[in-house]
Amino acid sequence: MDLEFDIVDLPEDDHVAEGEQAPGFTRPLVNEEYWEDVPLAELLEQPPVVLVFHPMDGSFPATYVWNEIDDREWHEAATVVGVSIATPYAHKRLIEEEALADYRLYSDPGNDVAREYGVVHDLDGMAGIEEPRPAVFVLDGDGVVDYAWVAGEWPEFPPYDEVEDALASL
Amino acid sequence: MSTNDPSITLYRLQACPFCERVVRVLHDLDLEYRSRFVEPLHSRRNAVKRLTGARTVPAIVDKNTGVTMSESARIVEYLERTYGEGATAETATDRAGGEA
Repeated sequence: MDLEFDIVDLPEDDHVAEGEQAPGFTRPLVNEEYWEDVPLAELLEQPPVVLVFHPMDGSFPATYVWNEIDDREWHEAATVVGVSIATPYAHKRLIEEEALADYRLYSDPGNDVAREYGVVHDLDGMAGIEEPRPAVFVLDGDGVVDYAWVAGEWPEFPPYDEVEDALASL
Repeated sequence: MSTNDPSITLYRLQACPFCERVVRVLHDLDLEYRSRFVEPLHSRRNAVKRLTGARTVPAIVDKNTGVTMSESARIVEYLERTYGEGATAETATDRAGGEA
């Protein structure tokens, strides 16, 4: 039987590669109680750091990805933070609704961080809105990319086992 | 963090005039501070409640002096008394009611 749906191939990207220095940035980082500007460098004091770029809060991939990460308890092995174009208020809802107390989410409505990391996704049918492609970067304490995965299809979900292998081998 | 860790943390609500008043004084006194934004609903402000015993903002924590306080008039008075030039405590006579 034919499955009548389309997985969209995304164009080639030019993301920050393994072995390269991860671009630094400062954005509001939202936890379950408040948000404040936090530089990436501050997170690197507790390595490894996992940057999870995800579609905007409210989309089903955002919910799926965070539930999976929470189930797998990545926070036990790393400082795990999300990045999306959602506002801090939306991040607070996501953290609350999905009970993500062990995770924090960067708010980047301008999508500049995704641009810096080479993981921009122009959204079809939402004029003027771009967001990050689903992507995962594992950074060591020096901010060097130890592992990188970027979606090549839409939708596509992170290879969770692979990320865990990368964390285990650090 | 070591290089960018001001001693003053301001708990604030976006667009709250009482908070902006404190911000103006922090700027006037050229003080470094870290902003932590909370949400409009009081029930979502447990972080503030744990600090000050109340859920109102603005609230500040000053690691320099060990002071934690809320209510903008008190905060302004404290900042000017602690960091201002000379005694400018007359601002403390402002009313402190109607905080966010």
